[in-house]
Amino acid sequence: MSKQPHVRRRYWNEPSMGWWERAYVFEVGRGLGITGGVFLRNMWKWITGRKGALTTYYPEEKRADYAPANRGKHLLTQRPDGRPQCVACNMCATVCPAQCIEIDAAFDPDDASHPKYPARFEIDYSRCVFCGLCVEACPEDAIRMAPETPDLPGFDRDRMWVGRDELLSWNPQRDVAKPYPVARDAGPPR
Amino acid sequence: MNAPLPLTVIYVVYALGLLLTFGTILTWVERKQAAVMADRIGANRAYVRIPFTQIKLIWMGLFHGLADGIKMLLKEDFRAVPYDRVAYALGPWVTFIPVMLVFAVIPFGGSVAPGRLFPLLAGSYGDRAFPMQIASLDAGLLVVFAFSGLTIIGTMLAGWSSANKFALLGALRAGSQLISYELVMGLTIVGLILIYGTVDLDAIVRQQSGTVLGVLPAWGICYQPFAALLFLTAAIAENKRIPFDLPEAESELIAGYYTEYSAMKMGLFMFAEFIEIAIIAALFTTLFLGGYNLPWLTDAGFVLPGGHAFALPHALVVVTQMLTFLLKVLLLCSFQILVRWTLPRFRWDQLLRFAWKFMLPLALVNLGVTVAAVAWLRGLAA
Repeated sequence: MSKQPHVRRRYWNEPSMGWWERAYVFEVGRGLGITGGVFLRNMWKWITGRKGALTTYYPEEKRADYAPANRGKHLLTQRPDGRPQCVACNMCATVCPAQCIEIDAAFDPDDASHPKYPARFEIDYSRCVFCGLCVEACPEDAIRMAPETPDLPGFDRDRMWVGRDELLSWNPQRDVAKPYPVARDAGPPR
Repeated sequence: MNAPLPLTVIYVVYALGLLLTFGTILTWVERKQAAVMADRIGANRAYVRIPFTQIKLIWMGLFHGLADGIKMLLKEDFRAVPYDRVAYALGPWVTFIPVMLVFAVIPFGGSVAPGRLFPLLAGSYGDRAFPMQIASLDAGLLVVFAFSGLTIIGTMLAGWSSANKFALLGALRAGSQLISYELVMGLTIVGLILIYGTVDLDAIVRQQSGTVLGVLPAWGICYQPFAALLFLTAAIAENKRIPFDLPEAESELIAGYYTEYSAMKMGLFMFAEFIEIAIIAALFTTLFLGGYNLPWLTDAGFVLPGGHAFALPHALVVVTQMLTFLLKVLLLCSFQILVRWTLPRFRWDQLLRFAWKFMLPLALVNLGVTVAAVAWLRGLAA
């Protein structure tokens, strides 16, 4: 323990107060003027029907300035005939760190080139962490992530599952990087 | 002259309704105003759904106050192991009730003549007019100070009986702060009492109905602008709000003297604080802003300078005066909230130094100047 008394270090840019600041009242008045001015300006905007805030009302109002590479809601790509490109290989469900993808594979005897298809493909958005690993794992370019996230928020965990049909149809995309031959006797999309 | 019993009952119901409404609405005003000041929107998610429909009433988040109230009522009523059970239970009430009682002597409107308002009542009341004030006391201003002094006891009781060091520290701070600023508040008012020559609030407001020099309204703030500033500052300090919220400074003392209170008992402290905003505004309006007076509006109607006069029906005058009072109170509440969301908190030594070395001398100087001026004017008149 040193015996020297503590001497506060002085800095070259230490702020100093003149008599004007020390009198306190004037600077208080200035501060009130600033906040009051902001208040009046914003209130005037509200009263005249404009928005006087920087906030976005999230679910009702959507921002247009999402980054193009933003990882938002998933979508399942379609084959030219409208059926899912997905072959139900379960790679995305396996790699998913949140384990929020559930796939039930089914057998389609009519489609010889890719007889496996997802009867059920559901994502639990209450658990999804939007990491994008499913998109990277997919060998078929069947799952993608759109930049935007429409209709995702919900009040109930049970209602936050999004199923195959919505993933296919909410933002239909057919420009698959790995096209398949059209099945000879393509039936209606399942 | 006190109003007859039925009229007094109406006054009491009106005053209670007004104060409780203010207490609830001000929580909303505070949130929204703070939000607008900070470029935000503010709480707007609470809604009431009309039963059997999907129509949700949001009303700009007005129901958040209701939600807060329900939350307070339904929360666990945590029982601390207090040092003194009686004092612990009394604390919130001793803080809350005097705040409400102050309004009893504040005139919230001019005079009302029931016989002229409703011809049906003309038989029993005739043409007599009664002041719109629950208790017309000669000692009005003294009553105000007596009651607002009582709140110190409530905070001290709460802090002391909680058997909690933070609460005790908060209570000690509250005690010294309230006593210091009450002194300043009293001294600033003395000058006003000298000018008006009375402490009866109704008489004070009546004296403010004229004009000074023919142009300015004869409001207290025109006679004593300095005292008005000091009074408002001291009153905000009395209310223990930022920048004077040392007794309940969260970052230092958890919640100060009501640390050990929960649920509605804590709600009473909060409610008392918000009602006191309205009370301070009402008191300031009464003393410095001419109460219910609009410039050039008398009980008969408008009398403009230059001799023009518009007669107004009695009912319209009564309503105008009540609305004027409410509007002034609302504006002042808004100003207090502006102060609360602008200034940072004092340090404890700064707080007391501000009271004793800055405001008290200024109040004394103001009083001295007022005394000299009043004596000189009286000498001129005599």
